[in-house]
Amino acid sequence: MAKKLDNIPKTSGRAPVTDESGHGEPPSTEEERKHIEDLAAEIGEADGPKEKLIRLCRQNPLAAISAAVILAVIILAILAPAIAPYKEAEQNLKARLSPPSAEHLLGTDELGRDVFTRILYGARVSLVIGIIPSAISLFIGIILGLAAGYFGGFVDYLIMRLADVMLSFPSLLLCMVIMYTLGRYANSILCMFAALALVGWASVSRVVRSQTLSLKETEYVEAAKSIGVSKGKIMFRHILPNCIPSIIVLYTLNVPSCILSESTLSFLGIGVQPPAASWGLMVNQSKQFLFSSPWLALAPAIAIMVVVLAFNFLGDGLRDVLDPYLQKQ
Amino acid sequence: MSEEFVLDVRDLRTSFLTNKGVVRAVNGVDIAVPPGKIVGLVGESGCGKSMTAKSVMGLVPYPGRVESGSIRLDGRELVGLKDKELRKICGNDVSMIFQEPMTSLNPVLKVGRQVREVLLKHKKAKDKDDAKSQVLEMFERVGIPEAGQRYDAYPHELSGGLRQRVMIAMAMVCHPKLLIADEPTTALDVTIEAQILDLMKKLCEEEGMSVLIITHNMGVVAEICDYVYVMYAGRIVESAPVFDLFDHTEHPYTRGLLLSIPRMTGNPEFLSTIPGVVPNMLHLKEGCAFSNRCAHASDRCRRETPGIAEVREGHACRCFLHEQKGC
Repeated sequence: MAKKLDNIPKTSGRAPVTDESGHGEPPSTEEERKHIEDLAAEIGEADGPKEKLIRLCRQNPLAAISAAVILAVIILAILAPAIAPYKEAEQNLKARLSPPSAEHLLGTDELGRDVFTRILYGARVSLVIGIIPSAISLFIGIILGLAAGYFGGFVDYLIMRLADVMLSFPSLLLCMVIMYTLGRYANSILCMFAALALVGWASVSRVVRSQTLSLKETEYVEAAKSIGVSKGKIMFRHILPNCIPSIIVLYTLNVPSCILSESTLSFLGIGVQPPAASWGLMVNQSKQFLFSSPWLALAPAIAIMVVVLAFNFLGDGLRDVLDPYLQKQ
Repeated sequence: MSEEFVLDVRDLRTSFLTNKGVVRAVNGVDIAVPPGKIVGLVGESGCGKSMTAKSVMGLVPYPGRVESGSIRLDGRELVGLKDKELRKICGNDVSMIFQEPMTSLNPVLKVGRQVREVLLKHKKAKDKDDAKSQVLEMFERVGIPEAGQRYDAYPHELSGGLRQRVMIAMAMVCHPKLLIADEPTTALDVTIEAQILDLMKKLCEEEGMSVLIITHNMGVVAEICDYVYVMYAGRIVESAPVFDLFDHTEHPYTRGLLLSIPRMTGNPEFLSTIPGVVPNMLHLKEGCAFSNRCAHASDRCRRETPGIAEVREGHACRCFLHEQKGC
């Protein structure tokens, strides 16, 4: 935006120059051409996909950095067994609670396990817990929200009261209850998926419903009805794409909140069970050594913070990029 | 009888059940649109023009509903038809152009895709490529320059006139028998208005399609209509062939409307208006709805509702004045 404004003084500043030449002739063709090229580059007409990406990154550096961070964390998590200098639960009791050194990049914990290694493995849990339950709750929330907003009446009443109940219940408590009851039958990560997805859909469906309510009154929805488009198509082709910007923001806010919930649940001792590593669990286990060996708590805490922030910034950036209004202006 | 007309609306009543009472937006309207003709529906804001059109398309918003009457499209009754059946007809046999070209296209979908959707929905195209070529052909016909590029444009990248052309292309792409245009040029400036009207007239002649054009602009009526219905407070007050309407205006309301058109000649300081306001549709009193604004109103006008009567061949009027004249 600032770049565009810069252009105005540039062009208006050039006008007197031509007047000074006394002939009122246009400026030299080369200058003119260069100026047009500059403008074209700014509008993005001459761009290939590669240039487009670079331009987007330049416009929104924070989002670009965030995307890079998230990508790096994902790659590290996938390649954890190859990169990690030690095994996930490998103990070296001789080197208990050793501070960061060349041998142990981020030091070791009370059982002599390498903190860096465990951070890498913990990233797997945190990312999966962040991305998958948010996606499930998003899916449920969108469908229920669209149905509630579009059909109205009894359907709306039923879905929204259900959402109210979900939202009025303390979500952490709900997660704990679900994990306790399901924990007997399934693996703790699957339980956490279920718990977090069940807690998350309500806020999504509220937002989608409110957008649907206003979008279904628009003239283009009426126009779509007038050409005989079916209800399902109106909902998914005409209304849903208009909700995308807010849905993306919701998702990128949901991901970090799921990561944080996982950390909380693991911190409370009902999430991921040792000896598996997760960032929340690592913070939990480090609490006794907070003053003697602060690296134990700091490393996972900073990891959580960086990933959560990166998702938030990326969400903001994505919303700008995906909005067709902002895209070409 | 009804097969003579593409659209034959008889005694249509559309009401809104509000908390304050029943609003009869459309109160016994008869409209007939003959094949290949352009018929105008004129009236001021809130007189029920748009609701009449929406009743035909089955788009009456909640809490309104079509209470009674008959809407026959090419001999087929539309009132009481299931939503699914109606959706098959809408866009195919009858389609609609809306007032605001700015908001009647979905901002997040490319315009070409939106027009293509109609063809695919009504199975008028074999596949997506066939649909695209039909859309491009239609774009050319409605005068969209560089149709190939515009196909992939988003609505906000087009000007108002172009968007209205896209809307017309969308309405025409299935070659409907009837096109309903709800104030198609109100949001456009005058030069574009003339172009769009010319385009509609041209397409109507080429396709042999009928058009029901809703407007409050007498200029538009004079420009393109063959036959005109004048509506006031949910009722048709006068209907006549267009020249007859302008030359021999019968109803005092129509006369008022025609006098309200600003003129280049005469007193430029003074703009003729119809005194008073449209009556509240919630509390319609007995008698002629126009009686409180009419210079010729008598006690009878305030007591009884006049019926519609033919004044001469093809020209009908809802006013007691003509009974007295003995026409």
